[in-house]
Amino acid sequence: MSRSNSKFHIPLTFQESARAALENTQLRRNLGKATQTIRAKRASVVDELPDWQELREAGRAIKERTLRHLDEYLLQLEAAVQRAGGQVHWARDAIEANRIVAGIVLEHGASEVIKVKSLTTDEIRMNEALGQHGVTAIETDLAELIIQLAHEESSHILVPAIHKNRAEIRTLFMHTLGISELSDEPAELAAVARRYLRTKFLSVPVATSGVNFAVAATGTIAVVESEGNGRMCLTLPEVLISIMGIEKVIPGWQDFEVFLQLLPRSSTGERMNPYTSFWTGVHPGDGPQAFHLVLLDNGRSRVLADHIGRQTLNCIRCSACLNVCPVYERTGGHAYNSVYPGPIGAILTPQLLGVERAGSLPYASSLCGACYDVCPVKINIPEVLVHLRAQVVRHKQTSEGIKGKLDPEAIGMRLLARVFRSPERYEQAQKLARLGQIPFARRGIIERLPPPLNVWTTMRDLQAVPRQTFRDWWRKRRVFGSVPKADADGVGDADGVDAEAAAAGRRNV
Amino acid sequence: MSAARDEILQRVRLALRDVPQREQPTDVAVERGYRPTADASREHVIELFVERVREYKATVRIVTAHALPTTIAESCAARGVRRLLVPVDIPREWLPAGIEALRDTELTYAQIDGCDGVLTGCALGIAQTGTIVLDGGQAQGRRVLTLLPDYHLCVVRTEQIVGLVPEAVARLVPAVCEQQRAITFISGPSATSDIELNRVEGVHGPRTLEVIVVTPD
Ligand code: SF4
Repeated sequence: MSRSNSKFHIPLTFQESARAALENTQLRRNLGKATQTIRAKRASVVDELPDWQELREAGRAIKERTLRHLDEYLLQLEAAVQRAGGQVHWARDAIEANRIVAGIVLEHGASEVIKVKSLTTDEIRMNEALGQHGVTAIETDLAELIIQLAHEESSHILVPAIHKNRAEIRTLFMHTLGISELSDEPAELAAVARRYLRTKFLSVPVATSGVNFAVAATGTIAVVESEGNGRMCLTLPEVLISIMGIEKVIPGWQDFEVFLQLLPRSSTGERMNPYTSFWTGVHPGDGPQAFHLVLLDNGRSRVLADHIGRQTLNCIRCSACLNVCPVYERTGGHAYNSVYPGPIGAILTPQLLGVERAGSLPYASSLCGACYDVCPVKINIPEVLVHLRAQVVRHKQTSEGIKGKLDPEAIGMRLLARVFRSPERYEQAQKLARLGQIPFARRGIIERLPPPLNVWTTMRDLQAVPRQTFRDWWRKRRVFGSVPKADADGVGDADGVDAEAAAAGRRNV
Repeated sequence: MSAARDEILQRVRLALRDVPQREQPTDVAVERGYRPTADASREHVIELFVERVREYKATVRIVTAHALPTTIAESCAARGVRRLLVPVDIPREWLPAGIEALRDTELTYAQIDGCDGVLTGCALGIAQTGTIVLDGGQAQGRRVLTLLPDYHLCVVRTEQIVGLVPEAVARLVPAVCEQQRAITFISGPSATSDIELNRVEGVHGPRTLEVIVVTPD
């Protein structure tokens, strides 16, 4: 486990990290409660809207329109923001974005910035980059503050500190903020954060934020939040720097009539989140008098180029897909080794970084499709997952050259292909397998195979080859001309009931 | 302009090679099959607004225009507000006697932070979501006024209440597209569910939101 847990390189596979997460019972309990609670709330507020499916379709279509003409919309956005008194910067990657942000901060002589929680700034590891310039980024979202004080990483897009209980938060605040007396009442814990951060809000001259939506036609930016720390950061400092992925642009102001209905209901299960701020450039006498917008690519144009993967950029980061995912519910966010966890992470991260660096993530799913059903912008996540799995396999075969060809899975697949091509070989193989599996099969299931085949069975159970195959049964049936009773019973064997199960008397139950 | 700009645009155009040259954005159909307006009656829309704001644990009172000043006085007294922050263009007749109203004539953050509460009007109310919309227009002032004080008393006239989100977005077109005003949507007091998913009202914004709905006399 000496490999570093960095967001840029994905050193551990999903399966490796998931195993550790599954052993953490606190995390599983909190996550189970969280996902169930939000799931139920979401379902009830979504059911309130008779036109939910029409809204989803409109959301999807607006995103499709934008993405297919992204270059035009980005230029429109740039012009509109400049017209309104803002400055626009373009960043090809994380390093460039951080250099731009640090440059602006230093130009204003600031040693601290206040920060609104944003996945994009986490993606580029802005806090660390600013740290290298001697600038401290202060997280102002309650959960992010908890994570920052504890030197940990977020486990849920929406409730990043979901893995921490109130007693742990109390101890953390007492130690790091030097408070001697504190109860573990959530209201009191929140009040501590309020007092601590209020002084920062009133004194730190520069703020950074992410962007939920940016309107190409008007240059209007929207930030959606709950706690009011967003409003503080967007209103009080002299300088505001907002960093957005290039996919966050939407064509017109009117499009908010769709997204303001889709996002809060999908996200927190509320009819509307407590606060949404919209601003257009610089407003004389109200809010920051310098506004910088950083447009970040960092792999997005690569996602755009893939016809099936492109829809991933529809994502409005609501986290609904996390809360319905049976895999996420058990492993939590850390297992994905990325700022983007859950089903969206499983498709976005490998595309942003390339399947060669995050090839285990497309397998972090059972393809049950629940994520697709809830996605407010209709991203067909299972379709993209399958598409990416194919890329992972192709990548192994081509880039790893002879090594890829000697990969046990690749060899196995080639052998299977030969076997399936000839009926004789197929039957011989079945006979062989029936003998070979005897030490491993239990009740018709093979849970563990010896190396190197164990690679396949660590994450899956195999059906054992049945005692009597369909072919055997069919041949017998033809000889007798009708289905003998005992053999009809034997059909059960074709469903994988083996001798052991029969002995246990399960067959007739 | 910058090399980064050129390169990103270049990459995006390359990625979009499959989009036909002649295709215009509007060629990509956007079906807006959702409801543009509520079909409920005015009374029902107003009732719904009150109900939905209350669900956010905000206090809502319904009074006639005539009774507004007394209601404001009562609310302030109940909260123990001594110094009440108000935007410069607050209607004179809203203000009751006996309350020290501090008008925002370029007050400092410290002065604003030192007030016990703030009184404003609003641009719109949205019934569907129980939302109050501020657009910096009449009786609303700059954004910081409704942010630092711990208590926000907001006056909503019934004709400002719309049914659905699309109606509100449409009404805000002039403010955004022509006047480039900053807009704030407020739905209940600030809140967090970050600690074990327990909702706590009030983290950084006003921890108490009180709404007075004013019907014509
Ligand atoms: S993929 Fe869809 S459901 Fe998941 S976070 Fe993005 S928008 Fe929400």
